[in-house]
Amino acid sequence: MTTETSSIPDALKTAEAWRNSGRPVALATVIETWGSAPRPVGSHLVIDADGNFEGSVSGGCVEGAVVAEAIDVIDTGRPTTLEFGVADETAWQVGLSCGGRIRVYVEPVN
Amino acid sequence: MDLSLLKQLNRDRENRCAAILVTHMSDGTQRLVHKDDKLSSDPLAEELERRFRSGKSGTVETDHGNFFLTVSVPAPRLVIIGAVHISQALVPMAEMAGLDVTVIDPRTAFATEDRFPGSSLKADWPENVLKDAPLDAYTALAAVTHDPKIDDFPLIEALKTECFYVGALGSRKTHGKRLERFKEVGLTDRHFDRIDAPIGLDIGAASPQEIAVAVLGSIILALRKAPETAR
Repeated sequence: MTTETSSIPDALKTAEAWRNSGRPVALATVIETWGSAPRPVGSHLVIDADGNFEGSVSGGCVEGAVVAEAIDVIDTGRPTTLEFGVADETAWQVGLSCGGRIRVYVEPVN
Repeated sequence: MDLSLLKQLNRDRENRCAAILVTHMSDGTQRLVHKDDKLSSDPLAEELERRFRSGKSGTVETDHGNFFLTVSVPAPRLVIIGAVHISQALVPMAEMAGLDVTVIDPRTAFATEDRFPGSSLKADWPENVLKDAPLDAYTALAAVTHDPKIDDFPLIEALKTECFYVGALGSRKTHGKRLERFKEVGLTDRHFDRIDAPIGLDIGAASPQEIAVAVLGSIILALRKAPETAR
């Protein structure tokens, strides 16, 4: 069971609040992890079209890349799945220093 | 995700209602399943039930394709009946372990802000407090007053609402009498097996602080291990 600390904004509630105020929103969810991964499966990051975000899918390692992809997802309206890990050829730009791998599902909130 | 689904999910989370968002990975279609729904006809029934118990999100591969299950279960709570010496030690320990803790005791001499600084304390009968904040499967209940007038009602409620942990302080003799009273209100051995009594892990705890450690150990055991092995 996950326990969210009440003082930290909740990603899903933020997603709803942003949509209600008319902002286009994408939701990223960690759907698989291998090895040492900073955030468990089911963790969320919410992103708007300007690249504002709330929540986390890693310890800050890959959020930048997820935000960039999420802006595309908002544009196209089509969900996508991203994979990050040190084994990835882009590891030196974007990857998990802890040595784990994660898969992240990014979908628009319509 | 459909905004209406997101709104429903957020409402469920606010109301401490367990829900699972099922995402079909090949086409992105989604639906929301609740713990109270009739699951037997659901193609994912077994997996959903397992996930409601474990609280863990994850992928499931089936003949109909791959699904991702976003599991949302309420944060675990601990309700302590009795603002006694054990509770004074148990409250900070349980909070440190990540539980939302409430202490209920109608005896105003025990339930004082001085004895429980900064904690959620209700100086009222359990019957009244639980009316507004009912027990559920994501709540642990520890009854430590040894007074049947105070302990019996919340213990019976905890068994009926399937609290993930139900502990009752008292000697074997006290507990035997308790079970006789509970039989009269229609509870059976199936319920009795779920009561942790004598309360806490058997670590030879002697002081109130040590008993608090034993109780918290039992609660964590029920929270983390039992969901995987249950049934």
